Amino acid sequence: MPPALAIYAPIFPEIFLALAAMALLMYGVFGGDRESEVPGWLAVLILAATGALVLMQAPGAVQLFDGAVIVDDFARFMKLLILGGSGFALILSFDYLRDAKILKFEFPVIALLSTVGMMLMASANNLISLYMALELQSLALYVLCAFRRDSVLSAEAGLKYFVLGALSSGLLLYGCSLVYGFTGTMSFAGIASVLQTSGSNIGLVFGLVFILCGVAFKLSAVPFHMWTPDVYQGAPTPVTAFLAAAPKVAAFAMLIRLVEDAFPAVATDWKQIVIAVSVGSMLLGAFAAIGQTNIKRLMAYSSIGHVGYALVGIAAGTPEGVKGVMIYLAIYVVMTLGTFACILAMRRKGGHVEDIAELSGLSRHQPMLAFMLAMLLFSMAGIPPLAGFFAKYFVFTAAIQAGLFWLAVLGVLTSVVSTFYYLAIISKMYFQEPAANFEPMPGKLRFVLAVTGVITLFLFIPINLLVTAAEAAARSLF
Amino acid sequence: MYSAIVFLPLIGALIAGLFGRWLGARPAGLITSALLTTGAVLSWVAFYRVGLSGEDARIPIMEWVRSGELQANWSLRIDTLTAVMLVVVNTVSALVHIYSIGYMSHDDSQPRFFAYLSLFTFAMLMLVTADNLLQLFMGWEGVGLASYLLIGFWYHKPSANAAAIKAFVVNRVGDFGFALGIFGVFTVFGTISFDAIFASAPDHVGKTMEFLGYQLDTLTTLCLLLFVGAMGKSAQFLLHTWLPDAMEGPTPVSALIHAATMVTAGVFMVARLSPLFELAPVALQVVTGIGALTAIFAATVGIAQNDIKRVIAYSTCSQLGYMFVAMGVGAYSAGMFHLFTHAFFKALLFLGAGSVIHALHDEQDLRNMGGLRKSIPLTFALMVIGTLALTGFPFTAGYFSKDTIIEVAYARETEVANWAFWLLLAAAFLTSAYSWRLIFMAFFGKPRYDEHHVHPHESPWVMLVPLFVLAAGALFAGYLGKDYFVGEDYAHFWRGALFTGPDNHILEHAHHSPAWVVWSPTVMMVAGFVVAWFSYIAVPSTPAVLIKTFKPIHAFLYNKWYIDELYDLIFVRPYIWLSRQLWKIGDGRIIDGLGPDGISARVIDVTNRVVRLQTGFVYHYAFVMLIGIALIVSYFAYVYWAQFWKGY
Repeated sequence: MPPALAIYAPIFPEIFLALAAMALLMYGVFGGDRESEVPGWLAVLILAATGALVLMQAPGAVQLFDGAVIVDDFARFMKLLILGGSGFALILSFDYLRDAKILKFEFPVIALLSTVGMMLMASANNLISLYMALELQSLALYVLCAFRRDSVLSAEAGLKYFVLGALSSGLLLYGCSLVYGFTGTMSFAGIASVLQTSGSNIGLVFGLVFILCGVAFKLSAVPFHMWTPDVYQGAPTPVTAFLAAAPKVAAFAMLIRLVEDAFPAVATDWKQIVIAVSVGSMLLGAFAAIGQTNIKRLMAYSSIGHVGYALVGIAAGTPEGVKGVMIYLAIYVVMTLGTFACILAMRRKGGHVEDIAELSGLSRHQPMLAFMLAMLLFSMAGIPPLAGFFAKYFVFTAAIQAGLFWLAVLGVLTSVVSTFYYLAIISKMYFQEPAANFEPMPGKLRFVLAVTGVITLFLFIPINLLVTAAEAAARSLF
Repeated sequence: MYSAIVFLPLIGALIAGLFGRWLGARPAGLITSALLTTGAVLSWVAFYRVGLSGEDARIPIMEWVRSGELQANWSLRIDTLTAVMLVVVNTVSALVHIYSIGYMSHDDSQPRFFAYLSLFTFAMLMLVTADNLLQLFMGWEGVGLASYLLIGFWYHKPSANAAAIKAFVVNRVGDFGFALGIFGVFTVFGTISFDAIFASAPDHVGKTMEFLGYQLDTLTTLCLLLFVGAMGKSAQFLLHTWLPDAMEGPTPVSALIHAATMVTAGVFMVARLSPLFELAPVALQVVTGIGALTAIFAATVGIAQNDIKRVIAYSTCSQLGYMFVAMGVGAYSAGMFHLFTHAFFKALLFLGAGSVIHALHDEQDLRNMGGLRKSIPLTFALMVIGTLALTGFPFTAGYFSKDTIIEVAYARETEVANWAFWLLLAAAFLTSAYSWRLIFMAFFGKPRYDEHHVHPHESPWVMLVPLFVLAAGALFAGYLGKDYFVGEDYAHFWRGALFTGPDNHILEHAHHSPAWVVWSPTVMMVAGFVVAWFSYIAVPSTPAVLIKTFKPIHAFLYNKWYIDELYDLIFVRPYIWLSRQLWKIGDGRIIDGLGPDGISARVIDVTNRVVRLQTGFVYHYAFVMLIGIALIVSYFAYVYWAQFWKGY
């Protein structure tokens, strides 16, 4: 390999992924094979290969493109999570897309492009690359949400997401320009050093507020969450699964790097924002979900709540906190994909159903499915020894170590409230008269459910491996 | 050997309890009976070795509790006191086991019954072999549990369940005092081991301790607390209410637990702790007073009862009072002697009553009996033997033991003991009267049962043989035992197992009582017999006339001095009222209302409001976002400008 190329080695996974997405597009356009799973499986392979490329990289931090992109252990950890989340979400999509008659090659291509954006978000090291990566990811997601063009709900979801996303992009850009105006630099390191020497001022803090609000929109944190229930419900279910998993990881990666690398000097300010947003998300996630009858809407509120819990770790502002967030995200992705595998299995002759009431008495028809779903829901509620317990344990511990006792207590209390709606579903499945049976679960869903279920159920055995990895990754930020 | 004596019943209980269903009823009964009989024979061997040959023993079983200063090992303390109890418990228990094979033969859950009986025996043996207070307490609670299970054995009968609960709850009151006493002993002595306590007890004479904010005499306080436990277990006045109700259990249970063994645990405890009690004269006076009161109280009530088992139950209560009087006046050996003889004749009476009940197909009311001496002559003869022994007919068991108690009460010459003496004399009269009343009502006169449908028949031999053994005990135990227990072999027999102070020569005094004192119990016995004979044989109309004439007194006695009603009024009803209030208002309205129900209702309210915010309009959503950002920006503007202006 020529030395001129070798310096770009750290970014090879993204380059490979982008080129492969183009190649896949060409294959789709010229292959003529329009209604097929082949492009989808190819995309899964590409993601796996990208993951392998990330894994092959040597540890340590490298900056590229004049500091616009950084590749370090933290970025690699997040990228692997993103790739895994995208890959499994793609595997979940095939059967649904065929049923809905939208099994098109564009779907995996767009998903791959979105994944490229997400990976770059995890590596973004200045305001420009941050915005570029975010937009690449977002635009692809807008399209995916509206992918079922003949469905009004799907189109509405895409449009809403797009309009509000544009608004949030505007806020973000405005914030970026303020920060640039007050510091004279785009790079995170530069901003940090300016703040270190000259201190903060109100203009800069305004900029910070706007940037954080733009990011909070991507996280679907309160009060920038309003799109979430509508989009989750309207978008085709595999897209919802996709949306709920990897993009959250990317947005968190971006947020963590931004606040820890660019704004450590004004930590007291951004911590207040993070805490406010976290509290709002935990409360709303717990309370609003109770009133839902549609399981996808419920998952929307559930994800809002989970974002709130993960933000607790960021609010701690310590390496332990970041470690906690990373563990939380890893477990969250697994649980979410497993749950969506169950939701996608809610299929009758007439098509997919989304009403929670349809789950009544599931334990009698499909005891294994009911058990897995119940287990995943228990895990989401944070019942030990399931994985979800450890997710919450590490962020709350970090908060307590940082002196944020009340935030941890609030997190536990809202967890209790959220347990209510998880239990409500479980009680429906186990203690109510059975509704009509679902169609047998397709093999791909079984596969995803088995993998995620086993991880959720038995993570407590090798939990130390995850903790060690997250610890090492978190250390690269500090 | 001693370990075998203690653990054989446990093995039997486990076999019958765990495998009883698989074994079947008859084998379960046979196995437990065989084990118990072995235990009983070994107990007599032990009695011979310890009591007569003087070989005390201490057998460690295991290290048990080791927590800070508190150390308790599980070991068997074998001295004469233990040996006497071993003989009593195992003999009666073995006989009751054998008797039950016949008595319970129509019951559906015999293995359970035998398992409970054996479990009880094990717990009782734990109690009597205890080497420290904790071990004693463990056996104490174990017999309480077994008693509860056996009273409620016929759990489908509501009255049996109520009686079982009553026994348990009333015993809780006593056990509370007992537990406090143990805590107090540990606080004062720093140990719960008998030897250590007894060794240092003399150092604490006259010292005071703080209890409930008062400075009280240490030993008196401790002894009284421990005695509260004894009162509960031994059904002494005010805590006696559970014993008559406990007759709801099967009759063999009444014989074993509620006559011969468990109820005497309180007496045993005082005897075992005699080194403590002997140093607390005030406590001893209380023991005397309570004992005498119980003796007379139970005797007066017993004379007005019509249920054959209840009469005997009150008789038991009364005799326990006698034993406590003996303890209270410092004649521990006299109390133990009466305990020993009482076990035989009271078990005989109970099992005989069981035989009568069996013959009449579960009829317990004396008013529905009569004339039975012709149809069940053996039972009649045995019951008469039991009655003779109970009333103290010369040279039967009761004659020696009960009369000794009356004599020592006289010899004590304190005011309380003097009162006790007269009360016991009166009680002796009443004892004779109600006992013969029972015999006359059941076995003489014309049959008052339905002769066309009920044909009384003698019980099978498996039930009668144990009765013969007990009858032999009732006749000869007193004569054979008197020299050892209270006579010239006293020192050689007890060898310090019972502690008596240097000034305590009560038995010697008693031997030199005036003749009228020696003869008075016998006179009372005869007087009681004459009154009963007159009322029920010579002039059978007497009772009706008496009841009519002394209606309030009869009602008072018949209703057991209204103590149950009093408790119902003072404790049960306010308690139920309070519970209802706590349930309805405390739990229902306050805890549920503000707690689970209230919170969940508020959660739903919040949910509804939040959900209503989700209108579906994009501009509303954008508005919320902008409001959010405006709030955050305003907050920081405020914070920064406040800082800014502070600078000027």
